[in-house]
Amino acid sequence: MDTTQIAIAERVAEQHRHHGKALFFWVWGGLLLMTAIEVYLTYQNMPPGKMLTILLGLSFVKAALIIGYFMHLKYEVSSMKWLTMCSVVACLILMTIFFFPDAFRILYLGVK
Amino acid sequence: MADSAVHDIPSVYEPSLFGTYSKKIGMWLFLLSDSLTFGALLYAYSYGRISTAGWPTPFHSESIINATIMTAFLLTSSLTMVLAVRASVHGDAKGQRLWLLATMLCGTGFIVLHGREWSNLIAEGLTLPMFPKVPGHEAASEFVKVSKTVPQFAATFFGLTGMHMLHVTLGVIYLGVVALRRKFIPILLVLWLVAWLATPVYSPFHYGAHVLLIGAIVCSIILWLKPKVYDSSDVEVAGLYWHFVDLVWMFIFPLVYLMSAKIL
Repeated sequence: MDTTQIAIAERVAEQHRHHGKALFFWVWGGLLLMTAIEVYLTYQNMPPGKMLTILLGLSFVKAALIIGYFMHLKYEVSSMKWLTMCSVVACLILMTIFFFPDAFRILYLGVK
Repeated sequence: MADSAVHDIPSVYEPSLFGTYSKKIGMWLFLLSDSLTFGALLYAYSYGRISTAGWPTPFHSESIINATIMTAFLLTSSLTMVLAVRASVHGDAKGQRLWLLATMLCGTGFIVLHGREWSNLIAEGLTLPMFPKVPGHEAASEFVKVSKTVPQFAATFFGLTGMHMLHVTLGVIYLGVVALRRKFIPILLVLWLVAWLATPVYSPFHYGAHVLLIGAIVCSIILWLKPKVYDSSDVEVAGLYWHFVDLVWMFIFPLVYLMSAKIL
C-alpha cells in the first residue's frame, strides 16, 4: 500500500480501537437468541405464510446486526453505507420483480 | 517522457470517497456481487418451492438440531473473527492468531457437521443424478421418493448448501493463510490427503476434497508472488468475507431447513 492508503488504514484501525468487547458479545447473544426463537417457532404449527414472514423478518434483523456491527458498516461514512446497501437492495428488488409474479402465477393457475 | 511525468507525481491523491482504504472497498464490491449469486440461488429455491406441487418437508428434528448447531458454530465464528480484528488493531499479534485459529476451528466444525449431514441424506436416498450410486443402498426411504417425485428439491438443496459450504471452505483457507502464512500450506495439503483418502469413492466429498488441493496451489502461488506479513487491514478484509458467509447462512437456515421441517 502507498502512504495514503497506509494512513487511511491506520485511521480506520483507530476507529476500531474504540469499540469495547462487550458490544460484540451482546450482538452475538442477540443473534443466538433470535436463532433459538426461529427454531421454537418452527414447531408451533403456524400457517406457512405467517411463519415465513416471521422467519424472514428475524433473518433481516440478524443480517442487519451482522452487517452493522460485525462488518462495521454502522461506523463507515454515509456514502459507503448508502451506495453498498442501496445497490444490493436495488438488484434484489429487480430479481423479485422478475421472479415472483411468474412463481405466483403458476401457484394460482395450478401446477400442471 | 510521459512515463517520467507520471512517475514524478507524488503519491498523494484526493481522499477516498468512501473514507477507507481501497482493498476494503474492493472486498465490499466483491461481497455485493456475491450476494447477488446467493440471492439468485435463494430466489431459484423459493421459485421452485412455490411453483412445485407437493414440495417435501422431509427434515426430522435430528436434521434441525444439526443445522441449529451449525448455525451456532457460524455465529460463534463471527464473534471470534471480530475479536481477531480487535486484537489486530491493538497490535496483539498472538491474540490475533489465536482468535483467527478459533474462527477456523468453528468454520471447520460447521463443514464437518454439514458434510456429515450431506452424507446421511445421500445414504438415505436424497441424491442427484451426478452423484455416484451408494453400494448396497436400499431404495425404500422417504428421501428416495423425494428424489424421484420432486427432483427440484435435491437440486436446489445441494446447489444452495453446496455453494455455501464451498464459500465456508474457502474462508477457512483464507483465514489460514492470514493467520499462519506459509506454514498453512503443508497443513492444507495434509487436510486434503486426509479428506481424499478417508472418504469413500462414492461420496461427493471424495472429489470435493480436491478444492483443498486447488486452494493449496493457489495460496502457494500468491504467497510466492507476494510474501508479506498480514496487518490489521488484511485481517479486517478477511473478516468481511467471513461475516458475509455467516450472513448468507442466516437466510439459508430458515428458508431451506426450518421451512422444510417435518412437524409430527
